Amino acid sequence: MSEKNQLQDIIISSHGDGGLLTHRLLQEIFYPSFNNKWLQQEGDAAVLNLNGLRLAMTTDSFVISPLFFKGGDIGKLAVCGTVNDLVVSGAKPLWLSAAFILPTGMEQIDLKKIVKSMEETANGLKVPIVTGDTKVVDSGDRDNLFINTTGIGLVQPGICFHPRNIEPNDVVIVSGSVGDHGAAILAQRLQFDGNSSPASDCAPLVELSEKMKPFYDDIKVMRDPTRGGLATTLIELAVAGRIDLVLEEEAIPVKTEVSAVADILGVDPYYLASEGRAVLIARAAAGNRILKTLRSVAGAESSSIIGVVGEGEGAVYLRTRLGGTRRLKMLSGTPLPRIC
Amino acid sequence: MCLGIPMVVSSIEKNYTAIAETMGVKRTISMRLLPEAQPGDHVLVHAGFAMEIIEPAEAGEKIKLLKSMLKEST
Amino acid sequence: MTEDYNFPPERFDSIAQPLLDKIHKLGMHLFEKKGRKLKVMEVCGTHTVAYARSGITELVSEYFDLRSGPGCPICVTHQADIDRIISLARKEDSLIVTFGDMLRVPGSNSTLEKELARGRRIEICYSPLDAVDVAARNPSAKVILIGIGFETTAPAIAAAIESAESAQLTNFWVYPVLKLVPPALRALLDLDKNLSMDGFLLPGHVATILGSKAFEFIPGYGLPAVVTGFEHLDLLTGLHDLMLLIAENKAAVGNAYSHVAKPEGNITAQRLMEHCYTVEATTLWRGLGEISASGYSLQSRYDSFNARLNFKTEAHDGTINPLCICGKVITGRATPRQCQLFGRDCTPSTPVGPCMVSPEGACGAHYHYM
Repeated sequence: MSEKNQLQDIIISSHGDGGLLTHRLLQEIFYPSFNNKWLQQEGDAAVLNLNGLRLAMTTDSFVISPLFFKGGDIGKLAVCGTVNDLVVSGAKPLWLSAAFILPTGMEQIDLKKIVKSMEETANGLKVPIVTGDTKVVDSGDRDNLFINTTGIGLVQPGICFHPRNIEPNDVVIVSGSVGDHGAAILAQRLQFDGNSSPASDCAPLVELSEKMKPFYDDIKVMRDPTRGGLATTLIELAVAGRIDLVLEEEAIPVKTEVSAVADILGVDPYYLASEGRAVLIARAAAGNRILKTLRSVAGAESSSIIGVVGEGEGAVYLRTRLGGTRRLKMLSGTPLPRIC
Repeated sequence: MCLGIPMVVSSIEKNYTAIAETMGVKRTISMRLLPEAQPGDHVLVHAGFAMEIIEPAEAGEKIKLLKSMLKEST
Repeated sequence: MTEDYNFPPERFDSIAQPLLDKIHKLGMHLFEKKGRKLKVMEVCGTHTVAYARSGITELVSEYFDLRSGPGCPICVTHQADIDRIISLARKEDSLIVTFGDMLRVPGSNSTLEKELARGRRIEICYSPLDAVDVAARNPSAKVILIGIGFETTAPAIAAAIESAESAQLTNFWVYPVLKLVPPALRALLDLDKNLSMDGFLLPGHVATILGSKAFEFIPGYGLPAVVTGFEHLDLLTGLHDLMLLIAENKAAVGNAYSHVAKPEGNITAQRLMEHCYTVEATTLWRGLGEISASGYSLQSRYDSFNARLNFKTEAHDGTINPLCICGKVITGRATPRQCQLFGRDCTPSTPVGPCMVSPEGACGAHYHYM
C-alpha cells in the first residue's frame, strides 16, 4: 500500500480535523514518544496529583481564520477554549498563559482589539493571564495569527469524570444548540449575508459547571464538543467508555440559521464545532433534575436530553426524524461545502 | 450531484442577482438561469443559482392529494 | 434540516408517518409476491446520501435493496483528469478554485488537499461565480475553475464563463469535466438489458434542468422510473410512486417532483448550455469506460477560457487495484459491502477506488451512514 503511505507523508489540513486523521497523527507520531499515565487518561485536561491536591492542566492553540467573526474573535476563543477544557474536567480554572505568534503585516489595531477581548473575557472570569510570550514570523498572510493558551485549575474534591464511568441507561445531555460556531465561520467564509447568518456560541462554561456541583456524583463525564462537533465528541466517549450511544435527532437542538447554512453548503451540523456548549453523560435518575438546573443557566436554556447509553463497543446511532436509524461515524477531514 | 435548497427571493438586485433567504438566512444568488423570478417566489437553489420556481400551488395540491390518498387507504 | 418548502412542521409530520406506513404495507406485499426484495437504483449519489441520512434506507431495508448508480460526478471523473487538475495546481501563478467535493479526491500520487499543503493556491467555492470574483480580485493569478458536475451544475458553470467574458477577464479559465446522465443510463441499459433492477429513482435536479422528458427512453427498456426530489417528503413520495408503478408492472416515467422539475425543464439553462458547450464524441467514465456522447467540452468560441487548451498538463498511468469493484457498484450489480477492500484497505481517508473518494459515492455513503 505504498500509495497510501505516499499520500500521508506530509501534514495536510485534514490532520487538523479533530477526527480520524488527527487521531491517527497522535497515534503514529506523538503518543509513541510522549507515553505516560497522564496522557493515557486522554481527557480534555491532564489531572496531576501534587501533595494531595489534584491539578488540571490543559493547552490549546487557536489558528482560526477569520480572526473576527460574528459572536467573537480569536482572543475570546483562546480564553474560553482553554477555560472550558478545565471546567469540563471538573476543575476550577485558576491561571492562564498566553503565547502569540504574530504574522508580519498584521495590523496592530487588530492585535489590540484581540488582546482587549482576551482581557475582558479573562477578567470577567477572574482567571488571570499570568505569563506569556510573543514571537513574530514572516508570513504572506496577515491573518495568520496563532495564539496558544495553557490553563491550570484545581479539580474539585470528589469529582471523577471519566468515560470508564459511563454505564448503560445513562443519559446524554447537551447544554444547548450544536454547530453554531462552525456554521458561523463557514457562513462568513462563503459570503453569506452577515446580518442574518448564525453567530458563534463562543462562551465560557464556568457558571454552568458551578451549577452542576450538586450533581457531580451523578455526572460520569463532561466534554465540550469543539473541533469535530457533537458527533466526534460522542464517538470518542463511546469508544473510550466501551459503550454504544443512541441519539434522537428530534431532541438535538440545532438553530434554524445553523440548519440553513448547513443545508445550503451540504455539511452536517453534528460535525460542526461548538465553542460554548457542554455535553454530559449522567445517571438517568438525575437526568431531569440536571436538565432543569442547566436550563436556568444563561446560554443553556435549550439544554436537552438527546440520547441514552447502551451496551456496545463504541458505536453511535442516530434515530432520525422519520424514525429510521443511521450511524454517526468518525469524520476524516473537516466538513467542506459541496455541490453534490 | 444535486444539492439544492428551496429559498425565497427577497429582492432582485442588478446584473441578474438577487438576495434569497431560507429559514432567515440570506445569501446573494444568481438569477441568470431564472430571470423571470420575482420577490416572494420560492426557488430551488443549486451552487448559488436559482434553477427553477417551486410552484406553491402545485406543492400545495400535492400535499392535499397525498392527504386524501392516505385517508382513503386507512 | 430544511422545513420542507417552508411548510409548518405539523403539516409535514401528519403526512410522513402515514406515507411511511403505506410504503411499508406495499413493500411487504411486493416482497411476498415477488419472493425477494425490490431492487431499485438511486441514479444520483445525492439520493444515496439523502435516503441514508434521513433513515429511510434503514426503514425500508426489509423489502428494498437500494442500489447506487453512476450519478456521482466525483466518482466517475477519470484519474487522468485528477492528475491534470493537480498539475494545473502546480503551475506558477495558478490559483485553483473548486467545489469542496474535489479537494480530497486522489489522483495517481497526490490530492488537491496535499497540493494545498505544499503551498499551492487552492480555494473552495460554493458557486462557480465565486471563482469569477476571485479572478477579478487577483489579476496576477491564473484562476482555473474546476468545472465538475452533471447537467445540474453545467448551466451554472456556463454562466460563470459568460460572466468572465463580459467582465473581459483574461485570467480566468475553466477545466471542464462535465458529464451527462441520460446517455450514461442509456449506455448501461444497452449493455445489460435491465441491470436486474425493478426501477429507477431519477435525479430530480438533473430533471429540473433537462426536463423529465429527458428520461422518457427508460420505459423502452421495460422499466419504471420516477423523478424524485431530495427533501424528506420528496424522498418518500418518489419511492412510493415507484412502488405503485412496479406493483402495476407499468413501464413509465413518473414525476414525484413536478413542483420543481417540469416536463420541458429550464429552457433558459438549456439554451445557455447549447451556446457554451459541445457534446464530446466519447467520454471516459471512471469505473464505466468510454460512453458515447456523454460529456461536455467548451465550444470553440470559448477557447480562450478552456483550461484544457491553454495549459500543458500531465497524467500518469494509475494502476487500478484488481480487487476494486467500483464499476460493479455504480452499476448496481454489487453493494459496497460485497467488496473485499471495503472498510479494510479502502476507507474514506485511504480510498482505493472512486466510489469511496466522495462521501456521496456509494461506498463513501455506506461507510459513513450505514
